[in-house]
Amino acid sequence: MEVIKGRIWKFGDNIDTDLIAPGKYLGLPYEQLLEHILEPANPDFPKKVQKGDIVIGGKNFGCGSSREQAPRGLKDLGVGAIIAESFARIFFRNCIGIGLPALTSSDISKHFETGHEAEVDLRNGTITNLTTGKTLETSKLPDMMLEILETGGVLEMLKQGKL
Amino acid sequence: MGMTMAEKILAVKSGQADVTAGEFVTASVDRVMVHEMLAFMIEIYERHNIPKKVWDVDKVVMLMDHYVPAPTVDAAEMHRKMREFAKETGLTINLDGKEGICHQVMPELGFVKPGDLILGTDSHTTTYGAFGAASTGIGATEMIVVFATGKLWFRVPETIRFDINGKLMERVTSKDVILDIAGKYGTDVAQYKAIEFHGDTVKDMSIASRMVLSNMSIEIGAKFGMIPPDEKTIEFVKSVTDEPFTPQYPDKDAEYENIYQIFVDDLEPKVAIPHSVDNVKSVREIEGLPIQQGFIGSCTNGRIEDLEMAAEILEGNEVHNDVRLIISPASRKVYRDALEKGLIDIFVDAKAIVCNPTCGPCWGGHLGMLGKGERAISASNRNFRGRMGHEESEIYLASPATVAASAIKGKITDPRYV
Ligand code: SF4
Repeated sequence: MEVIKGRIWKFGDNIDTDLIAPGKYLGLPYEQLLEHILEPANPDFPKKVQKGDIVIGGKNFGCGSSREQAPRGLKDLGVGAIIAESFARIFFRNCIGIGLPALTSSDISKHFETGHEAEVDLRNGTITNLTTGKTLETSKLPDMMLEILETGGVLEMLKQGKL
Repeated sequence: MGMTMAEKILAVKSGQADVTAGEFVTASVDRVMVHEMLAFMIEIYERHNIPKKVWDVDKVVMLMDHYVPAPTVDAAEMHRKMREFAKETGLTINLDGKEGICHQVMPELGFVKPGDLILGTDSHTTTYGAFGAASTGIGATEMIVVFATGKLWFRVPETIRFDINGKLMERVTSKDVILDIAGKYGTDVAQYKAIEFHGDTVKDMSIASRMVLSNMSIEIGAKFGMIPPDEKTIEFVKSVTDEPFTPQYPDKDAEYENIYQIFVDDLEPKVAIPHSVDNVKSVREIEGLPIQQGFIGSCTNGRIEDLEMAAEILEGNEVHNDVRLIISPASRKVYRDALEKGLIDIFVDAKAIVCNPTCGPCWGGHLGMLGKGERAISASNRNFRGRMGHEESEIYLASPATVAASAIKGKITDPRYV
């Protein structure tokens, strides 16, 4: 889990949970909702995202409702990490809880474009753009959150009697 | 050093003498609320093979409000599984879809008390801050942890304070105040933080008006949106529950990350224009923009004082020919009060469409979706792209007074001059 490597999908500021998991599909079985994750922001995304891909966002990523279908949908489509300039609180919590690394980095949007390859090092708090060679620092998560991520999320923690 | 309300409540609930912002604590919760997110929780329980277990069956309030009554077979299936879950785990408080929208029903039925720590599977759970509770939204997975243990980890948040002073003009409401704050300071001013609302304007507000401030605190990023309890709060809470409670107040020397001074004497009716809640203008600046739909309801502005204000404006008038006005009281109790006060007669005479208490129109679930290119003015809380229907529709957020005035005129209208 410590090194995550994949292609970049870049999005702008205020990507809200209605854009990630559109309300009109929430009533459908979850498998069908997955076909529409982030579709309003980039229709190619749900079709072409691959395991390990990295989502880059601007400010206030994941704002809006507490619907966990948003981060879970990203994770279940294979997203390996999200790096944004900042996150909305519930979305951030949800990511950590389900075991999806979420890191902040203030300059991220300037140095990454959709299609670049990148590598994230969680413990060291860095992201390297393998296409351009540029490395940026990201936030370092507190040990408690790293433990949750490395265990595979809070449900795994619960099963293992760690909570 | 003194503590803020958030620090005090998290200290008490984690069994410590004091805590400071930035610290991580594990705290016990007093009450939790789950709505249709429970259906998604059930999926996770099953997919991850987690035993369905509730640490204290008297502390969970289960209800349905997002798809009420069920508009599709899939929604009906969600509800069926929720009812099954309630029986299986022995939940004692299953309100089904009968009482109304979660954030109205929770305080109304006495499930919210000053000093409580409350979690809900809904972002607007911040609403209970109006009663001096620390309350916030979490996702399905974390709620499974709370169901199992009764506890959750928290990072003790920094607190910012909004000191609101001055007297609001006629037909200018707490909705206009919070929209003004969002417009001035942006949707992330309170990101990860607790808010305390202070000042004479807040003291003068009714409980319902205060709830609007706490409710929309999430729209500026907040974890908690708290108002120190006063006589009004205590009196209200005592009228709905016999359970004991211990209000928490901020210390005089509590440390705030920032204090914002807000003066409302000259505040005009405000509107948040598409597609962000901090895209705020005075109604006057965009007056005359045609609308096709109005909505009064939701956990933000579906209370009796909201309906009364709308009725005062609608009485003797008719909704414009090109507009449909949808009104949904936030709860069964609000509905009943509206009936008793004759408000429903006024709405029906004005050719408004009165629906049952439900979240439906607020989040584009059902009952009043927008078509391509349509524009709505709504007393709800979010104007995200496509939230109420077609991706090319527009939502303008405003007070119930502005919505009612605009519905009569067929265009965005300042309610002070109707
Ligand atoms: S009324 Fe709207 S904002 Fe409030 S809980 Fe329901 S869907 Fe959410």
